[in-house]
Amino acid sequence: MSKDTPLPSAEGFEPRIVAFFCNWCTYTASDLAGTSRMQYAPNTRVIRVMCSGRIDPRFVLQTLREGADGVLLGGCRPGDCHYQSGNYKCLRRFKLLKRYLAQMGVENERVRLEWIAASEGDRVQKVTNEMVEQIRKLGHCRLEQIPRPETEPAAETHDLEQVGAGGMI
Amino acid sequence: MSKPKAGFYWCASCGGCEESVVDLAEDILGVVEAIDFVFFPVAMDFKREDVEAMEDGEMTVCFINGAIRSSEQREMAELLRRKSQVLIAYGSCSYQGGIPGLANLCSREEIFKFVYHDSPSTDNPQGTRPQVRFDAPEGELELPSLDKEVKSLDQVVEVDYYIPGCAPPTALLKAAVEALLSGDMPPKGSVIAPDTALCDDCPRIDTKPAEPLITEFKRPWQIQIDHEKCLLAQGLLCLGPATRGGCDHACIDGNMPCSGCMGPVSRVRDQGAAIISALGSLLNHDDPDEIDKALDGIPDPAGTFYRYGIPHSTLYARCGITAGNGES
Amino acid sequence: MIMHRKSPEDQPRIGVYVCHCGVNIAAKVDVEHVRDFAASLPGVVVSRDYKFACSDPGQELIQKDIREHDLNRIVVASCSPQLHERTFRRTCADAGLSPFFFQMANIREHVSWVTVDPGAATTKARALVAAAVRRVARAEALALRQVPVRPEVLVVGGGIAGIHSALTLANAGKKVFLVEREPTIGGHMAQLDKTFPTMDCSACILTPKMSDVKNHPNITMWTYSEVDEVSGFTGNFKVKVRRKARYIKEELCVGCGDCVDACVMKKEKVQVPDEFNVGLSKRKAVYMPFPQATPACMVIDPKQCLQLMKGKCAQTCVDACERAAVDFDQTDEIVEIDVGAIVMATGFRPFDAKRIPEYGYGRFDHVYTTLEVERLVNASGPTGGEVVLRDGTVPKTVGVIHCVGSRDRRHNAYCSKVCCMAALKMAHLVKERTGAEVFDFYVDMRTPSKGYEEFYDQVLSEGVQFIRGRVAEVTDWAMTPEEEGKLVIRVEDTLIGVARRVPVDMVILAVGLEPQVDTAEMQRRFNISCSQEGFFLERHPKLAPVSTFTDGIFLAGACQGPKDIPEVVAQAGAAAAEALALVDRGHVDIEPNTAWIEEEACSGCKTCIPLCPFNAITRDEEKAIAVVNDAMCKGCGTCVAACPSGAAQQNMFTDEQIYEEIEGVLAYV
Repeated sequence: MSKDTPLPSAEGFEPRIVAFFCNWCTYTASDLAGTSRMQYAPNTRVIRVMCSGRIDPRFVLQTLREGADGVLLGGCRPGDCHYQSGNYKCLRRFKLLKRYLAQMGVENERVRLEWIAASEGDRVQKVTNEMVEQIRKLGHCRLEQIPRPETEPAAETHDLEQVGAGGMI
Repeated sequence: MSKPKAGFYWCASCGGCEESVVDLAEDILGVVEAIDFVFFPVAMDFKREDVEAMEDGEMTVCFINGAIRSSEQREMAELLRRKSQVLIAYGSCSYQGGIPGLANLCSREEIFKFVYHDSPSTDNPQGTRPQVRFDAPEGELELPSLDKEVKSLDQVVEVDYYIPGCAPPTALLKAAVEALLSGDMPPKGSVIAPDTALCDDCPRIDTKPAEPLITEFKRPWQIQIDHEKCLLAQGLLCLGPATRGGCDHACIDGNMPCSGCMGPVSRVRDQGAAIISALGSLLNHDDPDEIDKALDGIPDPAGTFYRYGIPHSTLYARCGITAGNGES
Repeated sequence: MIMHRKSPEDQPRIGVYVCHCGVNIAAKVDVEHVRDFAASLPGVVVSRDYKFACSDPGQELIQKDIREHDLNRIVVASCSPQLHERTFRRTCADAGLSPFFFQMANIREHVSWVTVDPGAATTKARALVAAAVRRVARAEALALRQVPVRPEVLVVGGGIAGIHSALTLANAGKKVFLVEREPTIGGHMAQLDKTFPTMDCSACILTPKMSDVKNHPNITMWTYSEVDEVSGFTGNFKVKVRRKARYIKEELCVGCGDCVDACVMKKEKVQVPDEFNVGLSKRKAVYMPFPQATPACMVIDPKQCLQLMKGKCAQTCVDACERAAVDFDQTDEIVEIDVGAIVMATGFRPFDAKRIPEYGYGRFDHVYTTLEVERLVNASGPTGGEVVLRDGTVPKTVGVIHCVGSRDRRHNAYCSKVCCMAALKMAHLVKERTGAEVFDFYVDMRTPSKGYEEFYDQVLSEGVQFIRGRVAEVTDWAMTPEEEGKLVIRVEDTLIGVARRVPVDMVILAVGLEPQVDTAEMQRRFNISCSQEGFFLERHPKLAPVSTFTDGIFLAGACQGPKDIPEVVAQAGAAAAEALALVDRGHVDIEPNTAWIEEEACSGCKTCIPLCPFNAITRDEEKAIAVVNDAMCKGCGTCVAACPSGAAQQNMFTDEQIYEEIEGVLAYV
């Protein structure tokens, strides 16, 4: 990952939070917060998925690996899923993932799942502000750096493009 | 024409990988006929000096099993890398960190503290701990130092191929040797094993219902395991759906669930997360409390879903285990 | 043809357009900085900022660049994709570029409008643009899917909203199913006596429309029926309607009423409160809600009928019915219909005045709600149109209280919009019928529609006394001899700054409008959203006021929020027009965001199959792999996230695209 641009405001720790919001409820709520001009902390970056059921635990882990300090998952309220039950599937994965994250020393507040209905722009504001404050107290998420060989980097086995083949020989 | 030279070395491992070579049985005769083993500490009396004396790239191939945790292992890995044309990470530990990789859930200090102080079987009233340097009557001794974390081989040196498994199935070893001898190797970086998950050739797949099949998770000792039925459908944590096949479903045939030793298929970045997602999705509860209750049946998610691959996983290690000098 | 893999020669040449949106974005985000930043990103060939990207010149600029710079990917950083994604996709398509080689970065709703600090806003905008650039580089050319649309429309609710929608659609030649849960259509409007401000007789203007519905060849009217289940999607909904057992054969009953006369429940104490008259009169087990009920068909209340409850009754109704229409063996019937669009017209419920105990409703006999007084003043009501109190007397003084349950943070913060006018109407009618002295207690008088203010003036001139203040309490505790036997309304008259006690004979509570009790359940059944107040949520408050977030489902009437009859009818017409626009076109374009499974990667582990809410995934037993039925997939991506082999992928939301977005939002700051 390239870090060719310096931090614009170096003073003080500003958490970086990536939010995965479902298209129908939470993303819409987030738009509503905008049209209602609700001001909130600028630390989240929203990635839109169609349903919280699309949110893969791998996204959460990769987001932390890429340097985020927190991950916020947002879906429709229970029973309100546009696709009937994607949010429940998200919830179950999330609960299992959280148990793993706790073992890995990732603090509870860093990864959060919220049900936010399309009409709840104010909840986007509230949850964002709350989460930013909590993570500000925790500081950077310090994952252990993955070591690499000192020589030219080896083919990264978990990188999607470079493997691929790996068929039976 | 001289035979191609090969090495077979072990780092942080259990010796099971060597067993897999022995498992070649009479086929091993064909191997030693075609290949000249020039370094194989378990089986033959070559020393490090013998390797150091080799030309760079003198070995056609070197298999290294075991994870990397000590300065000695690192040095050997670097040395063998230099001396071999093709370096193969052999077995789960070398490929992904393996069972020794579970140590990445603890700091070195925690491990030392337990092993040299707190373990019930420890009797160490002086609190002695191993030292890198030690003044013995015969002169100063130097021991390898223990790294703060466990690494897979490719986190230390460049690796050309991977043969997964704990221990690797002999069929894969044979296939790899044959490919090497014929020069028909897959693209660099490949995992030499089929690239579909175990379910693909699981003999029980037809008994797996296509429905949210898990209401509670059980441990193998808790139930009378049906010999025919899909183990997941019996509530056992079978990692088959997220684990590369190629093992000839040995565990399944032994009526034990897959514990994931072959690692993920190539499209999956993180084996544990993949199974977390799959199993979580299939849990047949909507009520948060019911979900929690069911998940209590998995007391150690990291150890269950990442049993063979914590160092190779996205998170690599528990946060903060390398903080401080950890010296003792 | 859907391409799943990007060809290697297709190197991205990306154009980035940072929109000012006038000052909406530019006042907060340093658009020039974002433009320059974007220009530095890999693959970006052109980066510009522009006043209004969505304007015609803005779009032409993009198209010109596509041609001149041979761009094959476009990013517009502006508003929400919900608003203008379609616009820009069309821009791309018109310039010969696949519309799916377009990506939007939402720097208005998600950045400039919600961020205080301009520096932080600019940083955030950069991150979102970087993510969009990286994501679009992984975009794939996809084709829109076209799905045929069924021409039938379902209208749920047979109040004035549903009636008007159904008639509009039927008149346009569309087959309409009108489903009403009560035994008759007509809704609340049928209960009203007069309609403000013109004082038309409500029944006179409504009943002709009701019989039009009944007789329209294009309308299938199912009363006493409810929607049990809705599946499918826009253009192709499958709906299960429960036709509740009426115990009367609808095709035989002519509504003569002989069975009602014959019913054994002659004594009033065994009868039950009449729903239509809001409990001001009683009815028997077999009844017709009101004389003009449509259909003119009796219904037997299973919770009241002795035969149905206990299996023991003389069954005098059976004997009385010459047409043998009574049928105690009827059971609920489930009918399945296929429709292309759905109009929700499920209406409202009046606020329950008992929830404000200090107003004494339910405690004091002479405290009424507006709806009750509608029935009292109605000529076919329980008193034949005479305003007589429960003790048989005619009130000499009457107090009308506004904002009961509305504009009250304890209950509903919103204004119910119709109650001021309803209260004025009551003041007018009661004064007209009884000559009583009428006091009207209002908080703010809200009469903003056509002819409404004039009506207020008229009521003022009729001598109704207006007192501005929120009533504190209605009490029977008399402090003076004049107050004995009266209800005393305690209020601070805020115009003169005095706490007053106004003794009256009758109190009328202008209750507000609330969502139907089962709105939440309906919302789930139809998969639409609700606003915080609990009314159904429109897609956009201004630009899509009758659409919902679920394509193909439209809103009419008070189920979307309080409104009066003229507004309801206007909206019902609009909903009908939207539904018509959909079903008349004959097809819908569906986002190609479906899932697919890479055959050679699938292990056939069956994880995905049960996860699909639409049963779109099946197992190909021969190949022992999972297969997604593209036509049935709605693109939620749940199977994709769950696939432990990475074999399932979702068009427009592939793992790679999302990883690019993750890296994009984090890489540069």
